Amino acid sequence: MKLTLKIWRQSGPEDKGGVVTYPIEGVSEDMSFLEMLDVLNEGLIAEGEEPVAFDSDCREGICGMCGVMINGEAHGPERTTTCQLHMRSFRDGDEIVIEPWRADAFPVIKDLCVDRSAFDRIIQAGGYISANTGSAPDAHATPVPKENADRAFMAAECIGCGACVAACPNASGMLFMGSKITHLGEFPQGQPERDARVVSMTAQHDHEGFGGCTNLGECSRACPKGIPLNVISQMNGDLLRAQRHRS
Amino acid sequence: MATSTIDAGKRPKTGSILLKTVMAVSGLIFVGFILAHMYGNLMIFAGRETFNEYAHHLREFGSPMLPEKGFLWVMRITLIVALVAHAGSAFALWSRAGKARTTRYVQRKGQWATFVKRSMRWGGAALLIFVVFHILHFTTNTIQIGGDYDNPADRLLNSFGVWWAVLIYLFAVACLGMHLLHGIWSAGMTLGLNRSLDAAERLRLTAILVAVVVVVGFALPPLAIFLGLIP
Ligand code: HEM
Ligand code: FES
Repeated sequence: MKLTLKIWRQSGPEDKGGVVTYPIEGVSEDMSFLEMLDVLNEGLIAEGEEPVAFDSDCREGICGMCGVMINGEAHGPERTTTCQLHMRSFRDGDEIVIEPWRADAFPVIKDLCVDRSAFDRIIQAGGYISANTGSAPDAHATPVPKENADRAFMAAECIGCGACVAACPNASGMLFMGSKITHLGEFPQGQPERDARVVSMTAQHDHEGFGGCTNLGECSRACPKGIPLNVISQMNGDLLRAQRHRS
Repeated sequence: MATSTIDAGKRPKTGSILLKTVMAVSGLIFVGFILAHMYGNLMIFAGRETFNEYAHHLREFGSPMLPEKGFLWVMRITLIVALVAHAGSAFALWSRAGKARTTRYVQRKGQWATFVKRSMRWGGAALLIFVVFHILHFTTNTIQIGGDYDNPADRLLNSFGVWWAVLIYLFAVACLGMHLLHGIWSAGMTLGLNRSLDAAERLRLTAILVAVVVVVGFALPPLAIFLGLIP
């Protein structure tokens, strides 16, 4: 395959950045999108140019590092992560625009890499349970009804990639946060801190500069794990409940 | 219980979800009012006398427990408070969303959601202007369309004999329909009613149903009057 890549290049956080065009040849349709970028970078290095910086880690769709905007869609045209996207989703001669996630809460570090530590701070604000560590309890010590366990697992699929924020017209992080809150809220272990969790996490979310949710659903459509919008409604309901308990 | 070790720093005073809750509650107050208002308008089909009597009763509703126009004023004040809360939160969230992405994408795939978002914000702003116009027209009589009249029914009939008045009202009703289509869904989401895929489906259907009823119910009187179907 022969492609024309239009990639956002930005040397650092302070640089203004801009789009640079790279023609590329000899791409196999069995390559993953990241392997295609590896090929590009090898060429750039051979020519003594600075390679394109992009994030990746597991390359098997579970770590959430590799998110980029491809032709105006988070993680590109398929519902999957960029590392699991293959070049067969494109056609010979295509022009592909590659950009970093755009949100002021996710500042660009370099080229396609953004700083997603705002998500970590939201988790630190309450996305955990407090339990004594030590020997693991017996698996059946705390029974969890299957329905709750299933919903918790569904929400726990979130890999924190940030596609929801990238796709949201308001750059809101509510799908990410709703997933964590639903995940922990479905378990008995999540109950003691349930009110405090939602109050603290949502406050941190707004503090980080993410926008508000307008329930449009772009996040869920872009989510590589297909997490449904109802986790956001769950979070909203939990916040109302927490306010009632407080007053 | 573990406490967070990170500095909370300066957080926005009012959380965005709280602002959304204000919008949802005030929006639902509007929906209740809109449905009652629509029902009232439809009385024109029962004839001029019935309509005039309805308009008169509105002023005396609740008397003698309430003073004349007492009920009307309770309604008016509730609606004004709701309007200020609703529009105020809308503009606050609009501005926050603008600050959340100051660098735009070079390329963005055409999104239905972007259209809906704009229709809520600009359509909402259009409704605000319409509400002012509507009050000047039918409540204070500052704007007279289609000449003088003796009673509320004649005023309605005169006004909607004028094609551009019909167009203005139909446009406003279309904006309202769009607004409700997303707004009712959004209010349900905000109030925590969507906890499953089935609930989402029910919420969507409710939004469609209310929006269709409101559009048809409000569009009928001006259209019927313009086409001369009401004597
Ligand atoms: C008067 C001017 C108005 C403005 C400026 C306005 C603006 C807005 C905006 C920007 C939203 C947020 C949309 C979103 O979350 O995506 C909204 C939501 C809503 N509006 Fe309005 N609107 C107005 C009038 C009305 C009226 C007349 C009604 C009802 C008949 C109404 C009912 C609603 C409802 C139910 C919501 C959903 C609340 C939520 O998002 O949780 N609005 N409005
Ligand atoms: S690199 Fe881990 S999800 Fe893509």
